[in-house]
Formats: sequence, C-alpha cells, structure tokens
Amino acid sequence: MTITEGFVGKASPQGVDLPPGQHLARGFPVLSAGPTPLISTSAWECTVTTTTGHKHVFDWTRLHQLPAEDITVDIHCVTRWSKLGTRWRGVPVEALLADIDDPTAAHVMASSYGGYRTNIPLADLLGGRAWLVFEYDGQALSPEHGGPVRLLVPHLYLWKSAKWITGLTLMATDQPGFWESLGYHRYGDPWLEQRHSRD
Amino acid sequence: MARAAALPRLTWLPATISDVRRESATATTLRLDVDDWPGHVPGQHVDLRLTAPDGYSAVRPYSLASAGGSGTVEITVDTTPGGEVSTYLTQGARPGHHLEIRGPLGKWFVWDTSDTEPVQLIGGGSGIVPLMSMLRTHDAQQHPAQMRLLYSLPSAVHMLYRPELASLHAEGTVTFLYTRQPTAASTRPPGRITADDLRQHAINPDLKPSAFVCGPTGFVETVLTLLVGFGYDPERIRAERYGEGSST
Repeated sequence: MTITEGFVGKASPQGVDLPPGQHLARGFPVLSAGPTPLISTSAWECTVTTTTGHKHVFDWTRLHQLPAEDITVDIHCVTRWSKLGTRWRGVPVEALLADIDDPTAAHVMASSYGGYRTNIPLADLLGGRAWLVFEYDGQALSPEHGGPVRLLVPHLYLWKSAKWITGLTLMATDQPGFWESLGYHRYGDPWLEQRHSRD
Repeated sequence: MARAAALPRLTWLPATISDVRRESATATTLRLDVDDWPGHVPGQHVDLRLTAPDGYSAVRPYSLASAGGSGTVEITVDTTPGGEVSTYLTQGARPGHHLEIRGPLGKWFVWDTSDTEPVQLIGGGSGIVPLMSMLRTHDAQQHPAQMRLLYSLPSAVHMLYRPELASLHAEGTVTFLYTRQPTAASTRPPGRITADDLRQHAINPDLKPSAFVCGPTGFVETVLTLLVGFGYDPERIRAERYGEGSST
C-alpha cells in the first residue's frame, strides 16, 4: 500500500453549530490587544502593498466606489465565545486586489491603526470569504468593534479579523503577526481548534 | 476483441511528487515522477489515489496540464473549500510524497494534432487546465493550425499559468473575460461570457474551426449555446464539464 505522507482524509466535523470548545455569547464582547484608536472616516485609509513594494491606497471614498455586500456570518473568538448570525456590510477584499499584479504573493500581513498585525494566507482573503466591513447590524461600525473599517475573516478565529485596518501587505512567505508571535496558532481554524501554535 | 486486447490494462502506478509550484493564490501545480508512464495526448486526465496512514483512501480525477507527448506529468489543482483531497494537494503536498496514478484517461476531449483546422478553446475557471495542455502542445510543436483561447475567470488573482498566458495574450492568442473584477486595462464590463465576446474574440465560424469547451456545468451549457448560435458546427464542438453548478 502506498501511503500519501501528510494526507489525513476528512477532518472537519459536519452539522455542528459551534466549533469545539466554544460557547455562545449573548452580547458582543470586546477583545483588543491595545487601546481603541479613534479614526475619522476622512482620515482613514488602507494601503495595499505588493511584494515588490508598490502601494495602492484606498481611502473612504475609494472604498465606497467598490461593490459592497451584506454579510451574515457566525464569528468565533479564541477566548471561546461565538456569536451566530452577525450582520455586516463591506467590500470583499478581492475587490481591492483586482488590479494588483503580484503573482508571487501568497500571504498577507494585515495591520491596524495602533500597530496590531496578523498574518493570513492570501487564499483565505479571496473567494468571498473576507471583507473590509464598515457597518455592523445596520449601523456604522463603532470604534470599539474596529470602526471605521475592520477586516472580517469569519472562517478563522476573530483575532485574524484585524480592527481599525490600515494595511494589507502582500508577502511571498508567511510571517507571524502579533498574537502569532506570542504562541497563538499561525492559521487559527476554529473548527480544528487551532488556538495555540502547538495545537 | 482484438482492439481491446491491444489496450494496456489500466493499473495504479506509484508516483512521487517531484515539484510543487503555486499557480495562483488558490491553485497549485504538481509534477509527478511515474515509472513506465505511457505518455498522454492533450486534453486527457488521470485518476489520483491518496491513502492515509489509517488506510482511508480517496480517488479524484485531474486534467493533465503538461504538453502531450512530452512525457511530463503535471496536474493543476484548485482548492475546493473543505475538499479533503484538494486541500492536501494544494497545501500539504511536498516533493518526495507518494501517491498513485492511473491513466491517461479520456478519448473524447482530446486534440488530435494531425488536424490542421483552426481550434477555438474556451475555458471557465480551472477548466483552463486541459486547454493549457493543448496550448502547450501547440506551442511545443510549432503547430500550423490557428489556436485561440477565451478564458473566463473571476479576476486576475485567480489566473493560472499567468506568465505563459500573459505572453500569449500579448500576441493576441488569449482573451481574458473577467466575471467579477476586471483589470483597469480591460474595457469589457465584468460578467459572464456573451455572444459579443465570441464575435469579437473567437475564431470566425467561416473558417470551420473546432472548439473545446471546459468548465463548470453552467458555464459549459452557456458557451455551447452561444457557439452554435454564432455559427459553429455542433459536430466540431467538444465539451468537458465538472462540478455541480460551481461558479466561475
């Protein structure tokens, strides 16, 4: 029998409402690595930087020229709370990357006002799985939840959904962000309970 | 009976991954070393069998991307979210890993290089893979037949074989049809392939071209209707469908 190294077959559980080790949150807890920065919409901008150093700046006006979507998703925080059916409005990350020719890019470092950083594979930001959101539950996104604009990557633990987003830096190779340098998992799939680097 | 006896038996052959190359953010090309590989003609596919240490195994078909007659076995795999095999092949596979292969398979969706009539290729999403084998074969042989490709994809970040297709695009051989996000340079509004796209970019039906169409089921159905409406001879159109209504 030929064994394929690294192949494990079916891994993700089916028909389960909550990822393992999670419980439902009633409100919307706030977890931040630092103080809440206050950024006006007129001051906000997000810069996409390619692996060759080219910069593409999106300000509030340019962001709103891209097609926005309403998104209803479950979110899962590594501190073990989950919230189901949260409603957001924002622009798919893919729309920001449409004109960027960077075939060597494979990973992204998302960076926030305030200095927070988190790494995500580029593939996880494409295909309608990640957005820059600016509304929550029909209201402008409040600063404590990451406003005016945050990243939303709901299929990963919420620390990947960088608040107060201001940069997406494309990278050829993966590098750890803030929590990832502190022992959290590099990828952070809640369904595989990838909380810590040794999970 | 005599013809059947002449065909080699379809058996599983051991294969070793010799090269892993990322094609796009979601797709990966794998080169396989296979002893006694009989070679393939462009458009054919193979079955791959993966076996986990606990004995669980899974088989999936994949189109060959490498040029026919080259002896090189390359497949390109796009990630299917939650797909156990594609997840391994696009993320876990490393040079030196082992799996099994059988093939080449398929005798319908193949380009016969002894034909000299023009060839129109139309691919949606990862339907580009077998068409790339045809383009590469055409290129390697400096084949005299005219060959063109229309490639429908969501946006440029999804493009497979980007360096090769970009140079063919510059020569006018390849047209990109973006369904979701066009590049700044493209004047065409984003959307699915239309009759206008065929009129502007496909080989004129008066030249009696053959056509190969590959992609998700819905895409292929649309293209076939458009091609026939445009004046292509249905007898000269070959199609390969995959997935259940997956989007391009």
